[in-house]
Amino acid sequence: MKKEAPQVDKNNTVISIEGLEKSFGSLQVLKSLNLQVYKGENMVLLGRSGTGKSVLIKIIVGLMYPDRGSVKVLGQEVDKLDTKEMDAFRLKIGFSFQGSALYDSMTVRENLEFPLIKNKRDLDSREVNKAIEGVLSDVGLLKTIDQWPSELSGGQKKRVGIARTLILRPEIMLYDEPTSGLDPASSLEIIKLINEVQQKYHTSSIIITHDLTCAKFTGERIAVLLNGTIERLGSFDEVFDTDDPDIMSFYNYNFINES
Amino acid sequence: MNQEKDNSKDHLPAGKIKQYFIEVYEVFRFIIKFFKVIFLPPYEFREIIRQCYYIGYKSVALISVTGFIIGIVFTKQSRPSLADFGATSWLPSLVSIAVVRALAPLITALITAGKVGSNIGAELGSMKVSEQIDAMEVSGTNPFKFLVGSRIVATTLMVPALTMYNGLVAMLGSYLNVHANEMTSMKSFFQDAFSTISFLDIYSSITKAVVFGFTIGVAGCYQGYNTTQGTQGVGRAANSAVVISMFLIFIEEMIIVQIVTSIR
Repeated sequence: MKKEAPQVDKNNTVISIEGLEKSFGSLQVLKSLNLQVYKGENMVLLGRSGTGKSVLIKIIVGLMYPDRGSVKVLGQEVDKLDTKEMDAFRLKIGFSFQGSALYDSMTVRENLEFPLIKNKRDLDSREVNKAIEGVLSDVGLLKTIDQWPSELSGGQKKRVGIARTLILRPEIMLYDEPTSGLDPASSLEIIKLINEVQQKYHTSSIIITHDLTCAKFTGERIAVLLNGTIERLGSFDEVFDTDDPDIMSFYNYNFINES
Repeated sequence: MNQEKDNSKDHLPAGKIKQYFIEVYEVFRFIIKFFKVIFLPPYEFREIIRQCYYIGYKSVALISVTGFIIGIVFTKQSRPSLADFGATSWLPSLVSIAVVRALAPLITALITAGKVGSNIGAELGSMKVSEQIDAMEVSGTNPFKFLVGSRIVATTLMVPALTMYNGLVAMLGSYLNVHANEMTSMKSFFQDAFSTISFLDIYSSITKAVVFGFTIGVAGCYQGYNTTQGTQGVGRAANSAVVISMFLIFIEEMIIVQIVTSIR
């Protein structure tokens, strides 16, 4: 699988995290975490379960608040935004949930229509339909438009979930385990879709995953989160050019090292 | 959210009491938040109407059957006692007072708590654990207003409407039984029934229904919206929504009856 070279602007940081700390009771999940994401790049975040990857992206989108540190997204300090500013800010962020989080009581069309009519009330029904059909075509699922989420496969749900975030034309995409629970073929479709979204919608993204195939083929840079902080950062080859057993355990698990 | 609580001392009486007061405080905050968001635009009229349809219209069949049976059974059970005094002509008055003052609001509220309260708890709980509420929040929609606000408004509006309907159906059931036994005409039955009902009776009955409806909405939404611990939590939310609202309905019934009696 070959990825087209994205237009990454290294002079333009869209997400800047400095000294981030977050604890739950006595358990400190994130410790002095620093991370920068450039405009146009896909940043992959690798880490074991329970290391705070999902917590990190929930803090980025304002679903959780940090104990200490600064999280600046598109130039705005997330934890200092009031309700109105937060609503406007969130329209610039697309969040693809691990379990897709499609609204069970709505059809695919209604799932996509919901954020659109709630946030762009001046659109008429023709424009709404055009936007829905447009993003569904982009994710290759136009035929499912009148189906219920329960009638979709896991991969289709993920793609509809991504379409639902794309309908608001976000500048940043946050993917929480986009390939988890999918068969290899569906995983490859999602990987391809993530790259297509980056190219077509010019998004910058954070992709949380355990799947090194996904990491290798979507990320310009890989960050490994260990013990609450970013342990390694760089291209795929740079990150895994090490003898550190904690880092290599990811590689060995995914690619069964012959040595 | 993934907040962990230190429950290690919660089995001690002091820990339980503390937990209880924290819970009460959280419920009050929840109610205050409801009143804060519900009067601010944009208003969720479409969702409120949708919820009124599900909560009200979809409960009509159950309310009709229970109301009708209560009317018949209450009349049948009361007849022998009144017959001993040769006072079966008082049946319409007796039934109407019992239905309007107590049975209609109480029975309607209990049925709604069981049917609607559990449904709200389970639905919101399931949305919470499957991150649908988070998804709504990150898409720039206020999930509290959309999900909680609309449901509480709908239960507060629909329980009084269902109560009045339940009362009418119960009276109809009673009339059929009285007519079959005493050959009383419909006009005579309802004249007797309504002559003993005061404005205060109707007013207190509707007030009760409004309070019960609000309670059912708050209990269901609070339990569902704060669900934790996956699918097990969803079941617990549905169950707690029913148990708590039924318990509160009886407490409120007692308080309102005391107030109305002191006014009367």
